[in-house]
Amino acid sequence: MRYSGFKVIKEALTGHKGWTPAWRDPEPQAQYDYIIIGGGGHGLAAAYYLAKEFNQKRIAVLEKGWIGGGNVGRNTTIIRSNYLLDGNEPFYEFSLKLWEGLEQDLNYNAMVSQRGILNLIHSDAQRDAFIRRGNAMILNGADAEMLSTEQIKERYPFLNTLDARFPIKGGLAQHRGGTVRHDAVAWGYARGADTRGVDIIQNCEVTGFRIENGKCLGVETSRGFIGANKVGCAVAGSSGRLMAKADMRLPIESHVLQAFVSEGLKPVLPGVITFGAGHFYVSQSDKGGLVFGGDLDGYNSYAQRGNLPTVEDVCEGGMAIFPALGRARLLRMWGGIMDMSMDGSPIIDRTHIDGLYFNGGWCYGGFKATPASGFCFAHLLARDTPHPTATAYRFDRFEKGLMIDEKGMGNQPNLH
Amino acid sequence: MIIHHPLLGPRDAAEFTYMGDAKLIDRPDWQSETAAQEFYEYGYLRDNPAGWHKELWFHEAGDRSWLVVTRNTLTHEISNVELARDVARARGRSK
Amino acid sequence: MTQRNRFSTGGQIDRSTTHQFVFDGKRYHGHAGDTLASALLANGVRLMGRSFKYHRPRGVLTAGSEEPNALVELRDGDRQEPNTRATTAELYDGLFAKSQNRLGSLRFDLLAINDRLSNFLTAGFYYKTFMWPAAFWEKLYEPVIRHAAGLGSLSLQDDPDVYDKGFLHCDVLIIGAGPAGLSAALTVGRAGADVILADEDFRMGGRLNSETFALGDDSGADWAAAAVAELESLPNVRVMARTTVIGAFDHGIYGAVERVSDHVHTPAEGKPRQILWRIYTQRTILAGGATERPIAFENNDRPGIMLASAMRSYANRFAVTPDQRVAIFTNNDDGHRTAADLHAKGVKIAAVVDVRPDIPRSHDYEVLHGEVIDTKGRLGLTFAEVRLGDGSTRTLECGALGLSGGWNPNVHMTCHQRGRPTWNDTLAAFVPGPDLPAGMCVAGAANGTLSTAGALREGHAAAVSVLDLDTSDVDLPQAEDTPVAIKPFWYVEGCARAWLDQQNDVTVKDVKLSHQEGFRSVEHLKRYTTLGMATDQGKTSNMGGLAIMAELAGKSIPEVGTTIFRPPYTPTAIGAFGGRHRGQDFHPKRLTPSHQWATEQGAVFVEVGNWMRAQWFPRDGETTWRQSVDREVLATRKSVGVCDVTTLGKVDVQGTDAADFLNKIYCNGFAKLAVGKTRYGLMLREDGIAMDDGTAARLAEDHFVVTTTTANALPVYRHMEFVRQCLFPDMDVQLISTTEAWAQYAVAGPNSRSVLEKIVDQDMSNDAFPFMACANITVCGGLRARLFRISFSGELAYEIAVPTAYGDALMRKIMEAGAEFEITPYGTEALGVMRIEKGHAAGNELNGTTSAQNLGMGRMVSKKKDSIGSILSEREGLNRDDDLRQVGIKPVDPEAPVPAGAHLMAMDGPIDAAHDQGYATSACFSPNLGHAIALGFLKNGSERTGERMRLVSPLTQVETEVEIVSAHFIDPEGDRLRA
Repeated sequence: MRYSGFKVIKEALTGHKGWTPAWRDPEPQAQYDYIIIGGGGHGLAAAYYLAKEFNQKRIAVLEKGWIGGGNVGRNTTIIRSNYLLDGNEPFYEFSLKLWEGLEQDLNYNAMVSQRGILNLIHSDAQRDAFIRRGNAMILNGADAEMLSTEQIKERYPFLNTLDARFPIKGGLAQHRGGTVRHDAVAWGYARGADTRGVDIIQNCEVTGFRIENGKCLGVETSRGFIGANKVGCAVAGSSGRLMAKADMRLPIESHVLQAFVSEGLKPVLPGVITFGAGHFYVSQSDKGGLVFGGDLDGYNSYAQRGNLPTVEDVCEGGMAIFPALGRARLLRMWGGIMDMSMDGSPIIDRTHIDGLYFNGGWCYGGFKATPASGFCFAHLLARDTPHPTATAYRFDRFEKGLMIDEKGMGNQPNLH
Repeated sequence: MIIHHPLLGPRDAAEFTYMGDAKLIDRPDWQSETAAQEFYEYGYLRDNPAGWHKELWFHEAGDRSWLVVTRNTLTHEISNVELARDVARARGRSK
Repeated sequence: MTQRNRFSTGGQIDRSTTHQFVFDGKRYHGHAGDTLASALLANGVRLMGRSFKYHRPRGVLTAGSEEPNALVELRDGDRQEPNTRATTAELYDGLFAKSQNRLGSLRFDLLAINDRLSNFLTAGFYYKTFMWPAAFWEKLYEPVIRHAAGLGSLSLQDDPDVYDKGFLHCDVLIIGAGPAGLSAALTVGRAGADVILADEDFRMGGRLNSETFALGDDSGADWAAAAVAELESLPNVRVMARTTVIGAFDHGIYGAVERVSDHVHTPAEGKPRQILWRIYTQRTILAGGATERPIAFENNDRPGIMLASAMRSYANRFAVTPDQRVAIFTNNDDGHRTAADLHAKGVKIAAVVDVRPDIPRSHDYEVLHGEVIDTKGRLGLTFAEVRLGDGSTRTLECGALGLSGGWNPNVHMTCHQRGRPTWNDTLAAFVPGPDLPAGMCVAGAANGTLSTAGALREGHAAAVSVLDLDTSDVDLPQAEDTPVAIKPFWYVEGCARAWLDQQNDVTVKDVKLSHQEGFRSVEHLKRYTTLGMATDQGKTSNMGGLAIMAELAGKSIPEVGTTIFRPPYTPTAIGAFGGRHRGQDFHPKRLTPSHQWATEQGAVFVEVGNWMRAQWFPRDGETTWRQSVDREVLATRKSVGVCDVTTLGKVDVQGTDAADFLNKIYCNGFAKLAVGKTRYGLMLREDGIAMDDGTAARLAEDHFVVTTTTANALPVYRHMEFVRQCLFPDMDVQLISTTEAWAQYAVAGPNSRSVLEKIVDQDMSNDAFPFMACANITVCGGLRARLFRISFSGELAYEIAVPTAYGDALMRKIMEAGAEFEITPYGTEALGVMRIEKGHAAGNELNGTTSAQNLGMGRMVSKKKDSIGSILSEREGLNRDDDLRQVGIKPVDPEAPVPAGAHLMAMDGPIDAAHDQGYATSACFSPNLGHAIALGFLKNGSERTGERMRLVSPLTQVETEVEIVSAHFIDPEGDRLRA
């Protein structure tokens, strides 16, 4: 079924009887060419692009619970490509370009909204680093603009420029950055994949891999064994748990990241703002809630919930730059589990097991990567070679000393 | 969270700084034949269990002890707290 | 103005105190003890708000914090609070409130057009349209949607109020001061344990204040007041009204917000608006009550339609009826209570409509078996349409309709640590599940025990169990103990525009559409329809939606399950979480001992982490910072300058294994460093990347002083303790951070020796105290001090340290001694210029991705010993031939800029990422050279000295032709250092 304004009007006038399920609810088949484990954004996108761009057939996505229930359903919805390093920037720029055409491609309005993102600068050293970054972005074909304090004051008069402990000394803006309705991304990809014949199987937990002679033959699941020529894992947050079933140890720790939303408010914030001297970033959803977040709680966790010190830390950052926030109310706090990798950058690679592929380590940056991650994973699965923008996301980069460390924090995941 | 410091009693976790898996105590021998591989695994690979996890916390705003905390990563329950120094010695570390 | 719906007697309001207030520009009167909602109802105002999506006219649904409809903008100016529940806003004299989310007036909201278009605006419609043309989403559709969406508005002025944070510890925390909570608190309190009793309401007692039945010989309200009075008299009990416990966090830590000043016009002098408490407790009794749920039927959302229990609250507690003609729609006995109470107060009961065939009769008013199938009244209820059991219909004239669909125990807090509630068939509701947060037990209505007597018993029993008391002395008052008699009934058959989530305008039809389109998981239902995502987080709406989804999916309600309950229990001011950490107090300020002196010199300060450091010292006549900095640099290189370097990290390392320890910490060797000597050291992380650099001075065989950069003082110390305690626990070495213990000054320039000779009590000659010497000394005839002949500026220079208390005095002494040499204080800018001129790496170069090799120090990494990072620094990726190397960069045209952050490109060829050769890290104007200079990293840079390149910064539109030079712009041979 094709969605359109015309269709909405037609259905409205005929009692909405014509709407059909956005995706089927099929029984798993015995054998597939491809199994993607994980019905999140990345897994669904990978399945979609496998079918659409690489013309592959017999694809299944296996989801332990309900699709879109992991980090694609609990993030702060920001998209951007303001990365510094060669290993990252082309990939994230590729992703941003995919976002820009996503809705027409999917025939699903995921509300991609390029409202802009602004990283505030509070010291000279930070300015030097952001100039280097902005230049790297432009050299990679992305957009970037340096804003002066005066320009920022003019655009965001409510930011604390009078009494700030760490005064705003400028900002690096990416106007093509913005936000996307996160759940709709999962649903749009699911619907698109389903339309192209992908079996999306919910409530199907993978309990093990069947590996013989170094080759992965399929997966054991809560609904029985399902065979596959190639198995791709895209379960960021649970990567450690899943890959342990294949006896793999990963360069990843699982950490909880909290996020927050305020009660609905009339529009106050046009784009995304990131505080550079504390842990706080914020945007406003179309519904009116201020969506904000900050730093990891900092300890390994699979609990999908955090603790008060981080809540306070984030709100302190908010009050420091945006003192009008005090009278808005925090409506809901929640936590997601991040695959925190050892250099803060992801992995899209083959494993040492034939037929078993891995996509993970997205830290807290996975949402914006969704289209490119899906595309590049599909590329790897279909062709067994990495996509040109994802060549650096190898497992062996740590062994070889080729880390992609944007923040320069080294091999301690919670610092990235 | 509250960490029961073996010397100081219950302390708010906000006083501590977290590092990671207590296996970081088991630093390989630099002169081993396979030191490069061992240091890579030591530095980069993690068990990352969903369940009980022995991990290093530093009492930064306190007595500056490194502690080994046994904590469940699913429930955050803490079952044991030891001085890292004692654990390190027990694991055979010396000078 | 008359309060025409106020009963002449009764209630727990203070009729002797009349408050004036303004709602939407109109003046009204109420009494102390009112909420804004009760006062408006008393004045006959039913219309209080508009819904989120369809802008439907709305009144109160509830009398508590779960209110989804009656949200207002309370106060004005910089104190304006959007989305304030009229049902919890305590009335005070001069209260000012506006309705919100409307275009035009509340009565004539132009956006009510959405209601007419509702058939087009069903659940998720926006995912299916607004896609063409692509550019229109951001330019047209989305701006329209955004302006229509949102609820109240933020003033965008800085919040003028103060928020505090506090910490409380107790033996038992009791959440909720209804019958169960009070009963528990009395038992715990009388037993002498430390107890905190917190309730969100300003009047404690919970439902006891809203019901008419007696406890023993007292009214419920009087019993509650007496109980509270007794508890307040006990020294071990802290009674906290207006305090919402917002979340159950790990290990018995609860967050609570006390609204200290929200019930007054403005906070009293010195008082915060709110306090965020962190309550530490091992045992918690949750007695948070239950929330009544509505019933869905066509047009069940008109002003005047509310929960039956809310009607009782308004009538019994506030002496208010929402209208003089009231009807009730119920599926359980509780609804009949409302009719009885209102009838007793003289309100006309149009009828009680009960879905159960076997219904309680009344002599006082008509009781009908049937269902309400529709209502009328654009801005307020006028008629309710009833379908009777026999199929006939009847129209009831009424201005208010009470709904009673049963009660949901408030299980939220039991689920904050991911526990799940379990289904109770008798109550047709979820009750607390088995996985409670550690130390929590639940009592009373929150536990599914809905009678007053049951609540009293359970509260007492919970207290007995948590304290392990002797249970003999039970002294509970007699109270109603009616069993729950309910027929599960969620919605009226055949209804479509029947509201489940009143705020977000989610109707029965939307749930059906969600099911039809495959969004059947409870989380998909929530996310697709926005059911339960309003400011009440589904407290009044979720159950209805779940029940309908269960029916459609052919499952039971527990099989469908709930969404996840998340903190906070009710929305909480962000200001409360921020506390006093805002403005200048966002982070603490660290001041060096000579801060006062620097202030006197007119220094301009800059934030360096939490430190404030003098950035430069402007003098009269200097109009730009560059003039000051250039002067400071030139004066230092010509004669002598002084700079406060106290902020550098200092770590004292002592013990017989101190030298061996430093050998582990630094990649270069320290074992052979002679006593009285200082050495530059490079610290690697275990991954082989440079972590920090600094010096280590050997003051004695077993005593070193290590310095770190300002930024890394804390992480380096932590790292050193890790190495000491976790890796080499038997080394005889002790560490202590002495950053704050010593004030330290760099005295640099050709005349630095001459200045210090006047202060230092020892031979300063080059032979006695050569380059890189260090010593424990005295100054000024006996004050202990440390002297290091080290230089960051490249000049003959010393760093001299004295105990912090003498820092200010020493600085003044140095200035006095240096007067004859025109000693010049210099700040961090001049310090930076001189280090760039000298080619010293600093934070911009040690950025966490640079290796010793990158810094040109690859050969420093000793292979003859075990040091942190040495093994992993050998990885191939860190040892490539074309790797980045630190270089100097100077412009070919001396007038041209060489900005930090610009990238290096070959003279010819494209300017893009593929041709990127490196970048400039730090840059400055060198007054000694008369042009800008920069440090940078360049591929294979050590082999490219003399090469011409382009330094480009498309971001700032700079492109400069530059020459790659040695990073040592000044005195490359180091003659000045050794002079």
